[in-house]
Amino acid sequence: MAVRVQEADFDVGAELAALRQGNRQIGALASFVGLVRDVNDGVGVSEMTLEHYPGMTEKALATIVSEAGQRWPILDALVIHRVGRLLPTDQIVLVAVAGSHRGDVFAACQFIMDYLKTRAPFWKREMTSAGARWVDARAADDQAAERWQG
Amino acid sequence: MLKILYFAGLRETLGQGSEQLELPGGVVDVAGLIAFLAARGGQWARLTTLRNLRYAVNQEMARPDSTLRAGDEVAFFPPVTGG
Repeated sequence: MAVRVQEADFDVGAELAALRQGNRQIGALASFVGLVRDVNDGVGVSEMTLEHYPGMTEKALATIVSEAGQRWPILDALVIHRVGRLLPTDQIVLVAVAGSHRGDVFAACQFIMDYLKTRAPFWKREMTSAGARWVDARAADDQAAERWQG
Repeated sequence: MLKILYFAGLRETLGQGSEQLELPGGVVDVAGLIAFLAARGGQWARLTTLRNLRYAVNQEMARPDSTLRAGDEVAFFPPVTGG
């Protein structure tokens, strides 16, 4: 299990290959990649800056991954989240989960993303055609995280 | 001393990203600290009127009744928007 917060881009293929390398128990590998879009709430976005809370970010991500490991019998997981200045089409986040069977890794991957969206201290600031703005949290993200509770 | 951090839009609203403060007398929890900071007036009063203000104590998400002690790191920020 590993989490990384970095400015640099990542190579999805290389990361997935490294995650499963040498583990013959892995029969399923699910991954999610989040990307910068060029439009948000109907307004064109020319660039984005991701701010975070150094120290807490890594702890929060590690806690989320650890909780996924307690809920599903997964074999390994990786979260990479970028910070700093990003442009449309850039990769923002990678979540990858390896396990024996697809059901567990699909669920754990979605769980990690849903919790990351609502619990990891990152904030997006967009540069739009109407000026700079901080992105508002979405109720749909809270609802997505809540469905894993209870 | 308390180390207090402010992030994202809140940092911009308050005009600063961090400060060091002696734990004020009578302040025992996060709600007490918010009231103390808001009493400075001006933009600080926003701390009590902002909907959805979030906070962490020692890098863990906290609640209004989370206890504060000298040496703690307290952070205030808007709802998170990563991913």
